[in-house]
Formats: sequence, C-alpha cells, structure tokens
Amino acid sequence: MDIIHEDYQVRYDAATATVICQGSFRLRGTEEYAPILQVLTAAADAKPATLTLDLRTLQFLNSSGINTLAKFVLHVRQYNATQVVMKGSHRVPWQEKSLKNFQRLLPGLRLEIE
Amino acid sequence: MTRIFGDFIERKDDHGECLQIGFSPTSIPIQQRWRNNGLSADFLADYLSTFFPGDDRAAAERQADLKSAVSYVANELLENAMKFSYAPSQHPISIAMYLESDAVSFYVTNSVDPHAVAVFQQTIERLLTEDIDARYMAQLAQADGMGYLTMLHDYGAALAWKFAPSLQEPDVVTVTTMVRLSI
Repeated sequence: MDIIHEDYQVRYDAATATVICQGSFRLRGTEEYAPILQVLTAAADAKPATLTLDLRTLQFLNSSGINTLAKFVLHVRQYNATQVVMKGSHRVPWQEKSLKNFQRLLPGLRLEIE
Repeated sequence: MTRIFGDFIERKDDHGECLQIGFSPTSIPIQQRWRNNGLSADFLADYLSTFFPGDDRAAAERQADLKSAVSYVANELLENAMKFSYAPSQHPISIAMYLESDAVSFYVTNSVDPHAVAVFQQTIERLLTEDIDARYMAQLAQADGMGYLTMLHDYGAALAWKFAPSLQEPDVVTVTTMVRLSI
C-alpha cells in the first residue's frame, strides 16, 4: 500500500505501525488525496496500540493536505485504545507552526518535534 | 463596482522590490498548470531568500522560516486562483510579491464566477470579523477550508480583498487578494 510519486512518498511499515510521509504534498483537493488518506485510515483501522505518523521529511503541506491530516486525526479519534504519535522536525518550519493544531483536535496525540 | 474588504493597500508597480508572474488562460490541462503553482511559489520563496542571507544560525533559521511562509502563502493563493477563476473569461491570473523593510506582500488577481461572488464575500466577512483561533479549530474539526485560515492563524498574515470589474472585460468581476506577512 505504499505510494511512490515523483514529488512525494507514503510508506506504511506494518511491523512498527508507522506511516512515513516524505516530499511535498501539493495535491489538488480531496480526490487526489484519497489514496494517501486510505493508507492513513487503513493503518488506524488495524488498531495498533501505538500508531506513528512520521512527517519529519515532509517538506511541504498545502491546505488540502491539512484537511487530509485532520480527516485522519478525526478518524483515529474513534479508537480510544490507539496512541497516536506525530513526529515532526524543527528543520521543517511549517511543522512547528501547524502540527500542534492537530494535538488540539486529539488531546491524547503525542507530538514529537526533534 | 469596486468593493474592498479589510485593509487593502494599493500598489504602484514602479516602487520598490517587486516580482510578478502572469498566467494566461490557455488550453494547458489544469494538472500541468497545477504543478506550476508549486514551482512558482518555490521560485518566489527562493528569490526572496537572496535578501535574507543565512550567514549565522539565527539568520539561517529566519531565512528558512520566511521561505517556508512565502512558499505556503504563494502556493495557496495560486491554487485558489486556479480553482476559482471564471473559466469563460479571458482574464489572466497574476501574482506579485513586494518586499518592504517590515513586510512581504502578495497580490494575486483572478476573475471570479459572478454567481460565486456573494458567497465568497460572505466567507471573507466571516474571516475578517470572527475570532481566528475559534474559527480555525472549528474548520479543522470539519477538515475543510483551511487555506486562508492557516495564513491568518499559523503565519500571522494580514489579508484583504479588492473586487473590481475587469478593465478588458467590464462584465467580468476580478478579485485581488492581498496577503501581508510581517518580517
């Protein structure tokens, strides 16, 4: 279920329940983001004890991408038993500005910005 | 009829540092044109970084911050312009970036579907009058409409709009969106 594109990649490692997003997400609207959302929600539907979303090398996220991550957080919110960890990087400025907003959507979300 | 929303600052093109890119309506598929949004936004961000050399760590962080903000704002403005331009019109889309001592400003002009103007203006009035933090969280919970709100909430940008008839096609309404980032 990995997505490999010239501008971005999404990889799911089932063994560690980690979704890794890389590159630049500049897709056009809900329809184009659907495959990415599918990877994210499928990872959540496996109901792991801890689900990690590794965004450290996601250099860019447009507003449709923000909507997509919000949909994922809203989806996983129904699984009380899953601890969501969102990994970001200080080297990617948008992550410092915007990732904390998802924590407000899901107060149990653990944000790790390194 | 011209209508202004927010603190819209008029510009003279012959004043100060300015970079403008224009997009003429053609038969290029939107997918191909969509890619130009990111390329243009990153070009504007790279161009601007020349004026903010990253000589030491603090300066390098400031440069990276500004590049990221410019890239987000310019990309978002171009995406909106491409999405909401009025297809039957021949009006081009333009983005201009101005650098001043205390701010970077963007002006994006595109045509608007005349039937969509009223709803757009209502959205703008809400953005300019409602509490931004509350509105941001409410929209995030709906996973919808985060473009302008992210500029306002995460980047502290000031936004304003000017609606005016097209000079070339008086029946066509154009909107210029102004976004001002303090630096």
